[in-house]
Amino acid sequence: METKNFKRVMVWELPVRIFHWVNVLALLVLIITGFIIADPPALMSSQEATNLHYFGYVRFIHFVAAYVFFFVMILRLYWVFAGNRFSSWRAFWPFRKKFWRNFWHVMKIDIMLQNEKVEDVTKISIGHNSVAKLSYIAMFFLAVIMVITGFGLYADMSTWWLPKMFDWVVPFFGGDYLVRTIHHVCMWFFIFFAMVHVYLVLYHDWLEGRGEVSSMFAGYKFVRGERLRDEDKVEDIDPL
Amino acid sequence: MNSNNKSTETYYESIIKQGHSRRDFMKFAAFIAAYMGLESTMVAQVANALETTKRLPVIWEHFQECTCCSESFIRSDHPIVADIILDKISLDYTLTLMAASGHQAEAAKHKTMEENKGEYILCVEGSVPLGDDGNYCCIAGRSAKDILLEAAEGAKAIIAWGSCASSGCVQSAKPNPTNATPIHKIIKNKPIIRVPGCPPIGEVMAGIIVHVVTFGRLPELDRQGRPKAFYAKRVHDSCYRRPYFDAGLFAETFDDQNAKDGYCLYKVGCKGPLTYNSCGTIKWNNGVSYPIQSGHGCIGCSEDGFWDFGPFYERATNIPGVEGEGIADDVGKVAAGVLAGGIAVHAVAAAISKRKEVKRRITRGKENEKNIES
Repeated sequence: METKNFKRVMVWELPVRIFHWVNVLALLVLIITGFIIADPPALMSSQEATNLHYFGYVRFIHFVAAYVFFFVMILRLYWVFAGNRFSSWRAFWPFRKKFWRNFWHVMKIDIMLQNEKVEDVTKISIGHNSVAKLSYIAMFFLAVIMVITGFGLYADMSTWWLPKMFDWVVPFFGGDYLVRTIHHVCMWFFIFFAMVHVYLVLYHDWLEGRGEVSSMFAGYKFVRGERLRDEDKVEDIDPL
Repeated sequence: MNSNNKSTETYYESIIKQGHSRRDFMKFAAFIAAYMGLESTMVAQVANALETTKRLPVIWEHFQECTCCSESFIRSDHPIVADIILDKISLDYTLTLMAASGHQAEAAKHKTMEENKGEYILCVEGSVPLGDDGNYCCIAGRSAKDILLEAAEGAKAIIAWGSCASSGCVQSAKPNPTNATPIHKIIKNKPIIRVPGCPPIGEVMAGIIVHVVTFGRLPELDRQGRPKAFYAKRVHDSCYRRPYFDAGLFAETFDDQNAKDGYCLYKVGCKGPLTYNSCGTIKWNNGVSYPIQSGHGCIGCSEDGFWDFGPFYERATNIPGVEGEGIADDVGKVAAGVLAGGIAVHAVAAAISKRKEVKRRITRGKENEKNIES
């Protein structure tokens, strides 16, 4: 049996990896503190309020994590213009035939679990696949909603110009109540996304053995040798 | 019906005539300036304005409402302005207090409107039902909408007292059978001050009128048309129980020891963190107390549509548009469970469907393992 020849390709550059893991950390902290803020657990303490600041700290951590979440988002947005073919805005541009060819391929092979009769290596994604791309685009807009509603609620407590830029949000929605509701409901979609995302990463790593999981640590993925030019240069292939 | 008299009388003259002393008047000027958030040096300007300004003609309309705004106004800390406005207003028009009735009353109103066209302040208490041609609220044989449009025509400005006039309040709660509509959605071409609250704080009402008298223009309004001086901060941010919130000390139920100890009412549904009003600073009934101080959470009465916010006594997130038990976290937990189940099914299906491919890879990998040389 012939062994496939794989080449190591740098897919996720350092800023992408930093964005990913800082974002994971910020999201985890935001979700946990967010749940505590929404429904604080009963605190068994006989101390006077003067000597306690537990809930204030929970809120403080939430706000710090929110700033971190926001700033790595800016970093990623910068990298959309500075990054390689896999992290560039071009990779996420959905108005291309190849984007949808890959979309239907992933839907058939990975979501509906059909088996290909003849393997076509050009259909295998090196970076994000199209289904993942669509989910990241959706998550980006959801993150924008979280930033707007979050800073909107926060604006009134701040004197800094950045959160103050969002002081139109509460009047726009007609009051804190709707803003808070949107903030809370959208949070659930991050949880749903994380569940599916982690599962599919493990699925791809298990099935394809191309270093899907480790790529987000070291940046490399393994690509079939026949997809590269002879000089070992990455061919000018479509960024799929 | 002596309308000539009123046009020459200043606020100060009216106040003295009512039997208040100059000392009372100065105390009122100082208090109201403080409520309005003015510097102490401006007390003289307030006093001077009240001494020299002719009383503004006011028409006070009542539509779908309970008169709690008027009740609140006359119970303000220093009800001097409420006294003169409501006493003298009876010369202009206010259903509740005027001596005249019937055709006489309507004639007096029209006279005021004609004589002071473009000058008078229109105060509106109550929402206007637009459903069924406005027939749900008729006064003197005319619908509230007709009356409002007519009165608004020559008004200099409109003050929408209370949640009814500024957001619709309980009669516009779902399903809003009469199509109760707040004033700013009907009148578009006049400056409107929205003074939400059920009722608004009496001092806030007096403060707004005194501001108009003192400076001859409307107070600074926020993006929702509310006076910034009174509606810029959340009740939560000026609440005396805030230290308990920051400490994480909450009443779990209304009858536990924590509630008796005066802990934060956040977990029993207090809407203070979502509500913009001055209850925490000005308080009610001459500064005696306010709902949270009396052990009851804020119900958010000065927020738009607060009746449809979900339960008053629970801290819950409803999903907008979902009736009844649409609690976001319950739906979220169920959805996450279903999703986890779906993932598990997919994983098992993948292991079955892709078994040949996986097997091939494993075999190939094991072969390679055998061939390791160095």
